[in-house]
Amino acid sequence: MLSRSSALRLHVESALAGRVLSPFRFQQPQPITASCGIPELDQLSGGLPRGALTEIYGAACSGITSLLQSALAARTASGECCALVDAQDAFAPAHAQSAGVALRRLLWVRCRNLEQALRSVDLLLHGGGFSLVAVNLTAAPSRLVRHVPLNFWFRLRRTVENTSTILLLLTRESHAKTCASLVLHMERAAASWSWQEAAYPSRAFHTPAALLHSCASTAEIVRSPSQRKNIAFIDQASRHSDRTRFALSAQDFFPAASAGGPHLPPSHQERTENRG
Amino acid sequence: MSPELSAAFAAVFVPNFILQAIARAEPELRAQPLAILEGHPPHDRAIAINRLAELLGVTPGMSKASAGQFGPLAFRARNPGAEEAAHAALLDAAWSVTPRVESFSPDTLLLDLSGLGALFGRHDELARRLAAAAATLGMSVQIALSGNVETARIVARALPGPTIVPAGEERRFLETLPVGMLSPSQELADVFARWGISTCKELASLPVLDLSEGVGQEGVRLHAIACGGGQRPLLLTEPAQRFEESLELEDAVEDLEALSFLLGRILDQLAARVSARALSIAVVHTQFELQPSFENAFDTRRDLLRSKPAPRLFPCTLELPVPTRDAKLLLKLLRLRLQAHPPGAPVQKIHMAAESSLARVTQGSLFVPASPDPDKLELTIARIAAVVGEGNVGSPRLLDSHRPDAFCMERFAAAPSETRGASTQTQITAPALALHLYRPPLPARVQLQQHKPVSVTFQGRAGKVLHASGPWRSCGEWWEEKPWQEDAWDLEIHFFAEPASPRGLYRFAFDGLLNQWFVRGMYD
Repeated sequence: MLSRSSALRLHVESALAGRVLSPFRFQQPQPITASCGIPELDQLSGGLPRGALTEIYGAACSGITSLLQSALAARTASGECCALVDAQDAFAPAHAQSAGVALRRLLWVRCRNLEQALRSVDLLLHGGGFSLVAVNLTAAPSRLVRHVPLNFWFRLRRTVENTSTILLLLTRESHAKTCASLVLHMERAAASWSWQEAAYPSRAFHTPAALLHSCASTAEIVRSPSQRKNIAFIDQASRHSDRTRFALSAQDFFPAASAGGPHLPPSHQERTENRG
Repeated sequence: MSPELSAAFAAVFVPNFILQAIARAEPELRAQPLAILEGHPPHDRAIAINRLAELLGVTPGMSKASAGQFGPLAFRARNPGAEEAAHAALLDAAWSVTPRVESFSPDTLLLDLSGLGALFGRHDELARRLAAAAATLGMSVQIALSGNVETARIVARALPGPTIVPAGEERRFLETLPVGMLSPSQELADVFARWGISTCKELASLPVLDLSEGVGQEGVRLHAIACGGGQRPLLLTEPAQRFEESLELEDAVEDLEALSFLLGRILDQLAARVSARALSIAVVHTQFELQPSFENAFDTRRDLLRSKPAPRLFPCTLELPVPTRDAKLLLKLLRLRLQAHPPGAPVQKIHMAAESSLARVTQGSLFVPASPDPDKLELTIARIAAVVGEGNVGSPRLLDSHRPDAFCMERFAAAPSETRGASTQTQITAPALALHLYRPPLPARVQLQQHKPVSVTFQGRAGKVLHASGPWRSCGEWWEEKPWQEDAWDLEIHFFAEPASPRGLYRFAFDGLLNQWFVRGMYD
């Protein structure tokens, strides 16, 4: 004879049959995500998870700062307030504005060392209300970042839990380990140069009219809230599904927003001989 | 049901005003015997005493030495600044009820209550509200309501509780009061004394014509008041938009903890006054009067002894992006400011002025992204500024210049967001390559071949140039003191002895004025 609870359970399951697959199984809610501004990366990772720590690491020139800039542009364009804690004061506001970042919605904390950066991000997260809080530690000495205890990252993760804040950590090496919900590894692929020598036949131009056209980067998911840990070493095929390649276009030489004066496209800028 | 008044006026009187003004700034004095002194020692006399001092046997007019013999007694010098602030606070309490207020004297206000019945209901309710507003600002008051402004004024001075004088009963309320309550001139008071007139009833019974012939128009006016007449229009006072409070300290305070306790007390008073007027604080100007330095104090030169050195002033201004009434928030911001920039000497007087503004009205929306709470944000920014420095936190604003990296920092304020529909109109550009700047730029050595960089060395790294784009020449401000001129290059470099990341994209610049190459940044 069935117990009363079992009978009830059977009754509920039969009542919901066809509508709810397994009513008594706990389902992990899907994390709410936001676009990072790079469609290829959004497709790969599902976007930046809110209420979680996302770590992006990679070597110099791998496109980390570009990813940060795209994320800031996407968030500020949708009317959200963002904060950037810059450990070594490396942010370029003119380039960011040209890339679409609404600077008036960006709180920029210019730090001189790692300690200032860590204290600032702690205060920012406790203050709350920001849609995206990015901590750029790429220029901070790696030996110092390595000494940040793991429980600090854990505390940051707990602070943003159950909020709509995206906490973005940018480093040269992976430091947050399991505290990060999404970990992306960036690598530089290749730079693309456009050669317009034919367009400038004059001998006055001592160099071929080379323009930096774009730069490609590769992003690989190391950890994701929606996917299991990368098992690339077992299944080589899955490795390719965790990687994506995207192009970052180079901006005009003089960012349009940096000046109130007339702005000319690069092809019309003054090109003269280098006196050096 | 309260009696009906045809044209209602209220009078608010602060008994023992001089003492209440001091006790308002130092509430702990209310619980101990207190005497307020006036004059220079040793000729200073007690001009006001509280009830506890009265019970000890102290009377006004006693010298400090005489009063001190009656027991433990707190003495304070008369403080005109505190009296001004108390009077201003009393006005704010009155303006919280009606804008039609006459400042009759520092301790008495006259209010026109006509037309307020629909807003406040019964008159006794209105009187209670007035008393509560004054109590919030640290003063206990006597209130009287009457259809006659002069009757209300005299009854408020004479009777303690909220008194409502019904229409037509004015004469009955006044008849037992001494004629001195009508504030006659000294000459007229002497005449009344000679005539044996001591109460208002006796004055009212005199024939007006004879009184006019005997003592003139002043006598006629006082007679009309004693009869319950004497109606007159109010001389209205313009509501002030600036709120000031000051606190003079017996002993100078140097410790920030003790100072913040006093600042909190002043801010509480300012916030209460601003709230009474349904306003908010936009700017707080604080001025600390500092104790003169010791070397001057012990300098015995004759000219210095003759002229006492003026105290140094230390100003501190707190501008808020969004007006607030939260005294605790203001205190925290002020504390952070003082921690970053301490006064540098013991403080002997604090003067605080608040500029008011209309209160912030916020309306949330389902379609507008959440933004930081302005009050919390201001505190967070102030705390971060204490860590990284004042100018290193805020929102960057590009300057109208082609100079590389020309920007300034502005105060960050959570900009009002557009609705979702409007925000989607913002064009998100394709992902762009970002520049990771080096501040200051790194010095570099560049080798040229046919005017084109071929190899570079910086920060101990050497590399061969694979691709180069440039020079991109820019110059400017040659008409000013700091001109600039540079040729910029985008270089793709292959570094020797770096197998991990052999290639990199960098922005180099040749400074034409310094004749030096720099690395401005890295494309990352």
